[in-house]
Amino acid sequence: MPVLDVQNAKKAFGDNEVLHDISFHVDQGEVVAIIGPSGSGKSTLLRCCTTLETLDGGSIYFGEDALVQATPSGGCAYSDRETQQRIRRRFGLVFQNFNLFPHFSVMQNLCDAPIHIAGIGREQAMAKATELLQKMGLADKADAYPCQLSGGQQQRVAIARALALDPEILFFDEPTSALDPELTGEILQVMRQLANEHMTMVVVTHEMIFARDVADRVIFMDKGFIVEEGDPRQVIDHPVQDRTKAFLKRTFGASKGLDQDME
Amino acid sequence: MLDPLIQFFKGLPSLLMQLWNGYLVTLSIFFLTLLFSLPLALPVALGRMSKHKWVRKPVEWFLLVIRGTPLMLQLIFVYFAPYYLFGLPLAGYRFPATIIAFTLNYAAYFAEIYRGGLESIPKGQHEAAHVLGYSKSQTFFRIILPQVCKRILPPMSNEVITLIKDTALAQTIAVYEMFRIAETAVTARASLTPIIIAGIFYLISTFFITRLFNLAERKLSYYQ
Repeated sequence: MPVLDVQNAKKAFGDNEVLHDISFHVDQGEVVAIIGPSGSGKSTLLRCCTTLETLDGGSIYFGEDALVQATPSGGCAYSDRETQQRIRRRFGLVFQNFNLFPHFSVMQNLCDAPIHIAGIGREQAMAKATELLQKMGLADKADAYPCQLSGGQQQRVAIARALALDPEILFFDEPTSALDPELTGEILQVMRQLANEHMTMVVVTHEMIFARDVADRVIFMDKGFIVEEGDPRQVIDHPVQDRTKAFLKRTFGASKGLDQDME
Repeated sequence: MLDPLIQFFKGLPSLLMQLWNGYLVTLSIFFLTLLFSLPLALPVALGRMSKHKWVRKPVEWFLLVIRGTPLMLQLIFVYFAPYYLFGLPLAGYRFPATIIAFTLNYAAYFAEIYRGGLESIPKGQHEAAHVLGYSKSQTFFRIILPQVCKRILPPMSNEVITLIKDTALAQTIAVYEMFRIAETAVTARASLTPIIIAGIFYLISTFFITRLFNLAERKLSYYQ
């Protein structure tokens, strides 16, 4: 059974149809990268999966739990609050802008939800948080406040915060887009490490090299459709669709020195 | 030649005593107004931000009326309205009327400050909390409110300082707070001393309020 199963997802903002009939699934331990130009609907798709936006039609399943199910009339029905709450325990989300809680120390950022929302004991939550901070190379920052950290460090704390609730699947919404280029590497490094540990991940990203090297599968979206999907080396190095070719040409054309890297 | 000076010092203890009693009334208006208006302003702010027209519109009208008319007018209205509209007796209603009028007035101003603070919190904070499983009220009390408190301290200190001076308006409906007593004493004694002493009382109060807010700002300066 897939960890995440999206079927015929539809979403419009007014007259603007952002998602047309999107279907994809993510298996246990898989890393799926979603790429595409801005306005392609990739972030909206991620936000629908993480309950930040609601679908107009279609279904989303997390394992056996339905977040939303299509109705015969073409619309969809959301599950009750308890089910949605249970589903929120199954995934984690890392934002583009980190969205750490500024009034909490790093340790509180990691422990507040486990202790006060999930009802995990304080000792256990703190032990887990310490372990995660060590893994992120931030063991000495437990008592620091977010404003005292660099962007890269803040994003690593945000990843640790998402992991603190033991999610089955981790979503990333352009996790490096708000970072200076020299800080991007440390985040991609952490994500590589998670991929090696077979963490199930869905990553919306503009980092093509990362997508090609780390993802098990790449989905290329444009104008609310999945244009091309498959093995990263095939989609990124040998795209079939014209729209994919045009997008990749634009993207790779924009960043110098990429050709060496692609060898 | 020393006579006027002796007269002055002879009268001083009784004057101080009178002003002190007035000051206690002033302080009661001040603290009771804060006690009621600080919490009342929260539902007003939330009502003003409501998506539902039927909640938002009445609150907007309330804010317009309160902020669009003098506090002095509101005091007179609140004090006399029960008598003229319903024929209720006025006895013993002076002080409660003062507290009601001040509370409504300050709740309106505080509500707008709260709203400014609430709206200044980035949407990402709500989203991060939502995804982590916080309920609406948990998000509000654990994540949003602490950040709002920090942001609204400077405008709140302004309003609170204004309040201690606004208490003087209670004399409009003949409440014997410090200012009214001082004013009466100026005429009775043909001397400026009473209002100078009253001024010192106001200054000292403001000084302590300012200190308190500075202290709070420092205490919350550990994050941005």
